[in-house]
Amino acid sequence: MAKEIFEEKKRTEEEFEPLIVAFCCNWCSYAGADLAGTSRFEYPTNVRIIRVMCTGRIDPTFVLETLRMGADGVLIAGCHPGDCHYQKGNYMMEKRFDYVKKAVKSTGIEPERVRLEWVSASEGGKFAALVREMTAQIKQLGPSPFRFVRNPK
Amino acid sequence: MSEEPRIGVFICHCGVNIGGVVNVPEATEYAKTLPYVTHAQHNLYTCSEAGLAAIKKAMKEYNLNRVVVASCTPRTHEPLFRATCEEASLNQYLFEMANIREHCSWVHMHEPKEATEKAKDIIRMAVAKAALLEPQTEPEVEVKDASLVVGAGVAGMTAALSMANQGFKVYLIEKEKEPGGITQKLYKLYPTLTDSSEVVEPLVKAAKFHKNIELMMSTTLKDISGYVGNFNAVLTGPNGDKEINVGTIIVASGASNYTPPKGLYQYGVYDRVITQREFDGMLTKGEVGKPERIVMIQCVGARKGEIRPSELEAFPKSDTAELLRKILKARREEGWPYCSRICCMNAIKNAILVKEESPKTDVVILFGDLRVYKEYEDFYRRARDLEVRFIRQVEEAQPEIIQTPEGKLQVMAYDALSGIEAKFLADWVVLSTPLIPNKDEILLARMLKIPTGTDGFLMEAHLKLRPVDTNVDGAFIAGTVSGPKDVSESIISGEAAAAKASILMGNRKVSTEAITAVVDEDLCIGCGLCEELCPHGAPKIEDGKSKILEILCRGCGSCAAECSRRAITMRHFGDSQILAQVKALLVPESLQEVEQ
Repeated sequence: MAKEIFEEKKRTEEEFEPLIVAFCCNWCSYAGADLAGTSRFEYPTNVRIIRVMCTGRIDPTFVLETLRMGADGVLIAGCHPGDCHYQKGNYMMEKRFDYVKKAVKSTGIEPERVRLEWVSASEGGKFAALVREMTAQIKQLGPSPFRFVRNPK
Repeated sequence: MSEEPRIGVFICHCGVNIGGVVNVPEATEYAKTLPYVTHAQHNLYTCSEAGLAAIKKAMKEYNLNRVVVASCTPRTHEPLFRATCEEASLNQYLFEMANIREHCSWVHMHEPKEATEKAKDIIRMAVAKAALLEPQTEPEVEVKDASLVVGAGVAGMTAALSMANQGFKVYLIEKEKEPGGITQKLYKLYPTLTDSSEVVEPLVKAAKFHKNIELMMSTTLKDISGYVGNFNAVLTGPNGDKEINVGTIIVASGASNYTPPKGLYQYGVYDRVITQREFDGMLTKGEVGKPERIVMIQCVGARKGEIRPSELEAFPKSDTAELLRKILKARREEGWPYCSRICCMNAIKNAILVKEESPKTDVVILFGDLRVYKEYEDFYRRARDLEVRFIRQVEEAQPEIIQTPEGKLQVMAYDALSGIEAKFLADWVVLSTPLIPNKDEILLARMLKIPTGTDGFLMEAHLKLRPVDTNVDGAFIAGTVSGPKDVSESIISGEAAAAKASILMGNRKVSTEAITAVVDEDLCIGCGLCEELCPHGAPKIEDGKSKILEILCRGCGSCAAECSRRAITMRHFGDSQILAQVKALLVPESLQEVEQ
């Protein structure tokens, strides 16, 4: 019996395709993702991008709600320090990120599911590599404990 | 929402770019099943004339009040589709784009099945946001037809004259007693060997007597308020304070010359060790004569060290004069990390001037790298033909200088090419030093809210695409205030900044994006956090409530994210609109619930 459960678990984990929501700022990371496309850098199909004007816009509740609704990972991608189109939106996101991670942890979700990364408009390759790497990382972590909320069409 | 959404979805094949990977007809059929979608169709090229006509036709036929185009990136094509909506009398903010090319077909070329599913998700998310979109009006303000130019150097005077000649009133202020900036202190200009006075004097004369220019010397900017089209500036000068109202500002307040610290190459120790700038002064006065040998050293105080963490913080952010002074002082000791761009040509120019006057004088230039681009290559060759000696150095073996009892200078340098030590007995050692930012210009930038880079210079809105714009609408930069430039480059940037300012003033009106913050006054407790964190000064607490000055708001949304009362949201990127996308992706069946 135990063996069967173990094998069943193993099977779902092998088949598990994570769903990652990426909040990308318009000026750097969204453009970086565009460049990945223009350069035809292939990456796994596991990420869905939501465009915001600046990472400064990302309310901690966006991240928490996204996880609560069963996303397996959340990527926040913004301009490199010093490159923010609005001067310091990315710094503000960086400042609140520690708090976001703590809040995520307190819900019982692994804080590693949430990442803050800097991707510039010229870093198409970096964006693609980041998605590849994060998809693999979330696969390692397994499905989100809140995955039951999700009901993929 | 006043009217029930009637969404039209237009899915683009983009030839084979999307259609070759994503099953577009299948995605179109899927889009038809989504809530509020009244019509869905696919086109070979949605951005073609036929594609745009199809959108307009469907908008009329199905009485659509929201449009979603699933194609490429909004960063390139949103303006086109927005304009199409406006042409069909639909507010442009009722348009939404689903990026299924850059973010889907182009990156999943070998996974058509998964790509089609992903495209459906992306379309569903866009439709969910579209259902919640609201029409927006772009704030419009009048632009006062007057400009303030800070700094009457070559760049500032050029900009002032260009605008004045177009009929705009210009206030030109200069902190020094005389106009002309750095250029007037130079002798001749490379590569034409034109007298600097030939450039400066006509500009000064024209600026002084132009009926549209009010030139104010020994005057600085004391305070600034307002926004694009309507800045209120307080100038302070010998006759006290003066208030002016202008539509645009051009900052052309220049840079400083690096002065080596005492002892660097014996500068300040031996009288005959001087900077290239001091040498320029000697050339002007004809004091150089016919010496036996002159040794020039390049990159003195330039291309040294790296940007320190303290500078990463201080140069872009600090508004404390004391801290800036401290950091600038430390930089003086260590030198600056960047290449100052003009010193190579400047040294070659002075070498040529000496050689042409006194061919027997041996001129030696000690350099690490020589950067002579475009026509300056010929200039360099001209110096070689005149037998100016160029000797390559390495970082590890810096030249050393001692004074002989006869008062000459013994220069010991390592010749990297032959690998031997070369000794020169020189009459003068001339140090080529960079142009550097200074405290006053950084503090001026803080007052204007123009960002400065980690090198301390004022920062362009975009290094390549918007080189004279700044992140402050209506404020432009010209000349060396944004980094080392030679005279012709300063003139170019002055003309460019004037052109950009004149476009604003000529149009008399300017409108900005409607993506701005909105305060719910019932929720706002007037804590002032938004006012404190906004880098653009848009929120102001008045009568215990936050008021957003739309024209200053750039729409980053940091205040909305930080507001502890959740009293602030953003137009077009509202909490509900963003969360609707998340929900549409993860819990799609909830969409139907909304519809009931």
